[in-house]
Amino acid sequence: MKRVVVFIKQVPDTAELKIDPVTNTMIREGVPSIINPFDMYAIEEALKIKDKWGDTETVVMTMGPPQADAALREAISMGIDKGILLSDKKFAASDTWATSYILSKAVEKLGDFDVLIAGKQATDGDTAQVGPGVATWLKIPSVTYVRKIDELEPGHAKVERMRSEGFDIIEVKGKFLMTVLKELNEPRIPSFRGKMAAKKAEIPVWGADDLNTDEANIGFTGSPTRVVKAFTPPPKKGGIKVEGDDLETVKGVFKFIKENHLA
Amino acid sequence: MVKMNYELTEEQQAIVEIAKQIADEKILPIREEYDEGQIFPNEIVEILAKSDLYRVFVPEEYDGLGMGIFEMSLVTEELSRVCGGIALAYAGSALGAFPILLYGSEEQKKKFLPSIASGEKIAAFALTESEAGSDASNVRTTATKEGDHYILNGTKQWITNGGVAGVHSVFATVDPTRGIRGMTAFIVDSETDGLEIGKKENKLGIRASETVELIFNNCKIPAENLIGREGTGFRVAMGTFDQSRPGVAAQALGIAQGAMEAALSYAQERIQFGSKIYSFQAIRFMIADMAIKIEAARALIYNVSKLIDSGAKNTGGYSAMAKTFASDVAMEVTTDAVQVLGGYGYMKEYPVEKMMRDAKITQIFEGTNQIQREVIASHLAKELSRLRK
Repeated sequence: MKRVVVFIKQVPDTAELKIDPVTNTMIREGVPSIINPFDMYAIEEALKIKDKWGDTETVVMTMGPPQADAALREAISMGIDKGILLSDKKFAASDTWATSYILSKAVEKLGDFDVLIAGKQATDGDTAQVGPGVATWLKIPSVTYVRKIDELEPGHAKVERMRSEGFDIIEVKGKFLMTVLKELNEPRIPSFRGKMAAKKAEIPVWGADDLNTDEANIGFTGSPTRVVKAFTPPPKKGGIKVEGDDLETVKGVFKFIKENHLA
Repeated sequence: MVKMNYELTEEQQAIVEIAKQIADEKILPIREEYDEGQIFPNEIVEILAKSDLYRVFVPEEYDGLGMGIFEMSLVTEELSRVCGGIALAYAGSALGAFPILLYGSEEQKKKFLPSIASGEKIAAFALTESEAGSDASNVRTTATKEGDHYILNGTKQWITNGGVAGVHSVFATVDPTRGIRGMTAFIVDSETDGLEIGKKENKLGIRASETVELIFNNCKIPAENLIGREGTGFRVAMGTFDQSRPGVAAQALGIAQGAMEAALSYAQERIQFGSKIYSFQAIRFMIADMAIKIEAARALIYNVSKLIDSGAKNTGGYSAMAKTFASDVAMEVTTDAVQVLGGYGYMKEYPVEKMMRDAKITQIFEGTNQIQREVIASHLAKELSRLRK
């Protein structure tokens, strides 16, 4: 049987998010949690691969507190076969290095796989590092920002990677990881049978002992990242509007750009 | 949704959540365009099918979920809250399936219901003709027996889902001189030779629902597709309506709910005379009245649906009450919602004028509200004479 593994993260619903006007920090209390929106495309793609390949197990994994179980069940309601929760007090305060290490250990424990999929980034941390990090720990190739899949068979893929200008066409051999964009697909709505399966599903919880993780790579002590300062960037100002179709106006604009180091 | 909590079961809650998600995420973005362009929502049918919602009203032995009229109504209400037209791609299939579900043979159910449950095929109900509206017994479409087949000839009009359905429940007469006792129901495959889709109607409301003429030109229907017996068609039609009316009522309820929510949120934002218009008693009371009527309609519909699902007999009068009351409420509430939004409500940029147009049909189809009152009055007389025995 073939296997596709999806990594998801539970994040605060940014549509419902409010900022404390005094401290400039997110008010997390009372904000509902959702599956990171980009991860929904990863889930959908895994389901599409299963529809195409047949005989494929789709597995969704998340690392988080016990309540992240809800995110896994939502993925199952969409049609994912199995959810695994990676949860342990020792995992708390893990940065992207430690998180990707823990996820890679979970993939090793799970066994063989054909494709790993993650959303391009999470809406809370915005690092876009965990997906490629897992691939690095597992020593497999990763393709980020996938917007289209031209070919995908076990052991071979041809995908399009979005760039700020245009895109790359990338061919991959063997098992690999991809992070995906919203252009890739449209996530499906859960079915009734899926929802019932999700309610009944047994969600295994794997901790540090189950994964045999190295203490030096997990949790706060295993995380090289140190947050020095967090601040809210000032909102963008309106800009300047320059009108006129004569050469002097254009020269003025160039001068302004040059003086302000805008190019 | 601003509504009373009915302590639904886990399963009922799940189908409501799915219907809500489809309505909010998939139907809302397209409803204006599909209404304006009279576009049938094929992709919504596909989503409804994949989400198992067409399985709701089909028994488990035919690949359904084995739920009932109540659950079918919950789905219809939720979809209609966003678009009463698109909701008919769902509720219309239930109506078309009921004659088979209620009166079909085991073989017919096995043959036709699984593909309706999976959503692979939509069902349609074909009774109305130009001369057979409220006087449903006056059908002129004929069914002539020839060997092991019947030959159907005639024209049906205003058939919901007529052009997109895979299966039709069709009412014809085996003997026009016998009136009601000649009427006979048939299951007709849309691929049948001689079955043509005629004129597509241009309607006031429910414009994303497809309403067409069906022309039967020497259509050869296998005798095994006859529902019940020759001459039982009128009973099949009326028995179907007794069960399907809560669906129309739920459509009306959903439309009214959508209009009330639109009026409520608008009134809390719109500022006139320096205040939100929701602070004015004239507006507050209109919206309070909407909510009262809507909750009363909901209570009636839910109770009648559950009564039908319990297998109770003689429910026709009550289902007629639910349909009549809810559709009258929908017309009142949507008209008032347009009034609350004022000039903006009259414009197509806001959804309430569409809801008002959509509401009107619920007072007319599946039996006008005047015919419903006839059904209710007859029911009352029968109940009284039964009590006196």
